Amino acid sequence: MTTSVNPVKKAPSLREAIKEPSMVKQKDMIAGNYDRLATARERGRKVASTFVPGNLNELIMCFDLVNNLPEINAIQNGLRKKSGQLIMEAEKRGQSEDVCTYVKADLGMLAKGNVGPDGRPIPAPDVLLLSYTGCFTFMKWFELLREQYKCETVMLHVPYEGEGKITANMRDYVVAQLKNDVIPALERVSGVKFDIDRLREYLRESAKAEDDLVWVLESAKRKPSPIDAYFGGVYYIGPIFTAFRGTPDATEYYRLLRREVQGRIDRGEGPVTPEGDMSKEKYRLVIEGPPNYTSFRDFWKMFYDEGAVVVASTYTKVGGTYDLGFRHDPARPLESLAEYCLGCYTNRNLPGRIDMIEKYVDEYEADGLLINSIKSCNSFSAGQLLVLREIERRTGKPAAFIETDLVDPRYFSPANVKNRLESYLQMIEQKRRGAAGAPAGPSAAQPAH
Amino acid sequence: MPGTAEIVARCAELFEDLNFASARAWKAARPGRKVVGYMPFYVPRELIHAAGALPLGVLGGGDRLEVIHGDAYYQSYICRIPRSTVELGVTKRLDFVDMMLFPSICDVIRNLSGMWKIMFPGVVSRYVDVPQNFRDDIGGAFYANELSELRKDLAELTGSAVTNAAINASIAAYNENRRLVREVYAFRAAEPWKVPSSEVYLLMRAGMVLPVEEHSRLLAEYLAAARAEQRPRRDNTRVVVTGAFCEQPPLNLIKSMELAGCYIVDDDFMLVNRWEVSDVRADGDPIRSLAAAYLHDSCSTSAKYEPDLARKGMYLVESVRRNRAEGVIFMAPSFCDPALLERPMLQNVLNRHNVPFIAFKYAENSGQMQPIREQAGTFADSIKLWSEA
Repeated sequence: MTTSVNPVKKAPSLREAIKEPSMVKQKDMIAGNYDRLATARERGRKVASTFVPGNLNELIMCFDLVNNLPEINAIQNGLRKKSGQLIMEAEKRGQSEDVCTYVKADLGMLAKGNVGPDGRPIPAPDVLLLSYTGCFTFMKWFELLREQYKCETVMLHVPYEGEGKITANMRDYVVAQLKNDVIPALERVSGVKFDIDRLREYLRESAKAEDDLVWVLESAKRKPSPIDAYFGGVYYIGPIFTAFRGTPDATEYYRLLRREVQGRIDRGEGPVTPEGDMSKEKYRLVIEGPPNYTSFRDFWKMFYDEGAVVVASTYTKVGGTYDLGFRHDPARPLESLAEYCLGCYTNRNLPGRIDMIEKYVDEYEADGLLINSIKSCNSFSAGQLLVLREIERRTGKPAAFIETDLVDPRYFSPANVKNRLESYLQMIEQKRRGAAGAPAGPSAAQPAH
Repeated sequence: MPGTAEIVARCAELFEDLNFASARAWKAARPGRKVVGYMPFYVPRELIHAAGALPLGVLGGGDRLEVIHGDAYYQSYICRIPRSTVELGVTKRLDFVDMMLFPSICDVIRNLSGMWKIMFPGVVSRYVDVPQNFRDDIGGAFYANELSELRKDLAELTGSAVTNAAINASIAAYNENRRLVREVYAFRAAEPWKVPSSEVYLLMRAGMVLPVEEHSRLLAEYLAAARAEQRPRRDNTRVVVTGAFCEQPPLNLIKSMELAGCYIVDDDFMLVNRWEVSDVRADGDPIRSLAAAYLHDSCSTSAKYEPDLARKGMYLVESVRRNRAEGVIFMAPSFCDPALLERPMLQNVLNRHNVPFIAFKYAENSGQMQPIREQAGTFADSIKLWSEA
């Protein structure tokens, strides 16, 4: 880069990340869930495994089940740099090098004794709740796990929004499965009778947290943005996407987070990074696609070192599109759960996804779109090059493409990623210079790939 | 009566024609005719036929299409079939197709349905969802409503109602076609030396582009001709091929396997031709009949959930037994999630039933057949030399 880099305030070593109170709280919540998993057997608790998109946490809590999320285990193992060896173990046992690395990290973990990211064993699930939302691989993943655990497996098939809308037929189908298959199976496994009022109570709690999450995400419309909606966003979505939605803990987390972000706005501060506050925002980006987790902090650093802030991301919508207005509704509990599952980001068709990104670029006044294309994830990745072209065409803003993987360290090439990011930011600079020198009017899109 | 060589030559001509001249001619023969393209693995072709339209199977560009534009839309780690399909679209080889259907097979084809809407706005593009719940009152009700929606879309496309009587007539036409397809497969399994798999493949591919009645006639003629002809019987190994249900292998790959000493006695190349295992009821409420057939009387494949762990993969074991196969060849396209994620589970089932297998990957444009020939040949020889039988 030829442009100067704004130094961040406070500069501890990379190993000593700065943590705000909400982050500390979330860390405790995650540790608490791993503790509940590790001690489930001795406490006589049953365990359900399920996925993040289309996750029915409120329903799972109605049956006193402890919620285990294999995607989160893979992410946690990725962040701790343990996933590489687990993936290779799964490949050694017959999994193809071509398929999803979340699946292989999970199967590798199972093959090596199912020791969780916190070093304690994760118990075998009593039920696999296969919420088939937005990703074909989910179905195969739980078929593979079912083969190992031989436990009850409940399929919740969530139709795809192929025509860009939720129809009554889709919703009724999901509700019928919840009533006739999912709830009876969870009753059977847990021995707990379903209480719809208990579900309503959890959904009421969810909606409170969802309001605060949306407020936090939308705070990035301000200049400077007080948050990073991708790297920071990964933390912000943690509780609501996982085993905590519907709990008072999650509500409290989001209240705390909102207060912190309000404080940053009041002080005119930018996002907090692992190395402290980012003092000046130079570039506002929208990112499509999941992050890389095996080099998460190095990846993030490439952005904040350049003054690049992510103001909106699609990944933070993969477990629910709350910013588009959806809220869990205690008045329509099962219908609301169905609509939640149907509306998750990767369950939306490609034109709908492009419309969302275009809206983000406009409303968040972004300089452009960056796509992090993930080798493992066809649900996200197939079609992204068309997304890139369309966004450039519609917004006149530059877009660019980088390629990494979720949890496979073999597919994270720091030099390549940094090089591409720097070229992209230079392109934004060039575009700005061109716009400053040109007469008013929409500028032509420039291909970035 | 035409001989097999003549029939197969016609099929080969249809297979090699990436401009779909026969489908174009069908459309041009009468004003107002519509063509509805579909991708693997299954769509309810009966509805398209009942609407008076021609169902056209679009199975990628094979090894005969130079993909230039298509590669610009896909990363290196995505399979070949969407690239070559986009290439067919961008180069106007599909410009006569009025509607495209994208079945629920994987995330890549699913997302291609949305790409098609953007890239070809003049074409009606529709994602065809199928139930993964197999209860009549749940998955069946959902699918019946989806079929009704498709029926409405087709009526809008063609400008005339798609009546129950027309759908029942179409079901009958496809029942006849599936009976003949099953007969070809059964004949090949019984006397594979008389029915080379490269010929069966071309015969089935013809069913992707021809009107069903014409394809049925072709199948009947082939059966008669093949039964009448004598061909040398070889001491080949009988194998079932699995995993090639979407992106198609090059024809040379199938020929290479035969040359390497394999008789293919079952495969999953074009499941849509025999998706329903037996006749679909043709005299009732046709939407219910089609939904019930999907739920209770259709093939098994990776894209379809198997609710019963004990039944998982048993379709392959049953195919081995029914067709007296001596081994299984897993043949999956590179980067094919459904085939590659399914493979280890199927291999475990085969291990439990002592069925030998090998596995390799291909792409629709694979050119080097020697390694595959060596692998298939070694597998066939090892079975002949070392199997208990």
